[in-house]
Amino acid sequence: MTEAAAETRTVIVEREFAHPPAKVWRALTQPHLVAEWLMAGDVAPTPGHRFHFGADWGQVDCEVIAVEPERTLAYSWDGKGLESTVTWTLTPTVAGTHLRMEQTGFQPDQKLAYHGAKAGWPRFLTALGDLLARID
Amino acid sequence: MVETRDILFRALADPTRRALFERLCEQGEQTVGALTADAGVSQPAVSKHLAILRQAGLVIDRQQGRQAHYSARPAALAPLADWTDRMTRFWQARFDDLDDLLGRMDQ
Repeated sequence: MTEAAAETRTVIVEREFAHPPAKVWRALTQPHLVAEWLMAGDVAPTPGHRFHFGADWGQVDCEVIAVEPERTLAYSWDGKGLESTVTWTLTPTVAGTHLRMEQTGFQPDQKLAYHGAKAGWPRFLTALGDLLARID
Repeated sequence: MVETRDILFRALADPTRRALFERLCEQGEQTVGALTADAGVSQPAVSKHLAILRQAGLVIDRQQGRQAHYSARPAALAPLADWTDRMTRFWQARFDDLDDLLGRMDQ
C-alpha cells in the first residue's frame, strides 16, 4: 500500500426513508430544498457543473462527477483541508428509498494535523479542553 | 485507532498536562527544571505528567548528563484531527434534517 492510499479514508452513512426515490432525488438536486437540510449552494444534476456550498464555517467547492436520475449523484467535495468525493446512491425499497452517502478522500499533507504546530495547537487544545469539560 | 485516541484524550484531559504540552509546542525543548519553574506544581508531579504525555507519544525525552530534556511531538495529535469522525457526525445530522424536510415536502 502506498502512503497516499493509506491516507485515503471513507465515510458511509445510509438510511431508509419512507419516501419515493423521485422525492428524495428532488431533495438532493434542487437548491432551495438542498439548502434546507444540507447547505446553500447552486447544485444541479448536470455532469461537469461547478458550484459551492456555503456554511458559516467556510466554503466547499464542488463539481458534479456523475448523474443517473433518481439513482446516483456524485460530486467532488473540497474544502477545509479535505479533498473528497461524495456519492449519493438511491435504491427503491418497499417502504420508500434506501439512501447511501459515501464520502471518500484525504487530507492533503495532513494539513489539519501538522499545520502551525506553534500557533495552531494551543488554540486547538483550548477548544479540546472546553470540549472535555463539557463531556465531563 | 480508538485506543490511541483514548490514550491521547486521557493525556490531554488534565489542564496541567495540556499547559506543559502547549509550552513545549510554543517554546521548544525544555528541561524538567525549567518546566517546573512555571508549572505551579512540584518537580515529581511535573515528571509524572511528562511520563503520561510521553506514553501518549505527545512528548519525547532526551537525556543529557543528569538532565532530561523534553520536546513536543504535535504529530501525535493526528488521530484527533482525522476527518472521518467529524464528517460521520456531520452527515448523520444532515440525514436527520433531510428526513425532516422529506416529511414537509409535497409528493
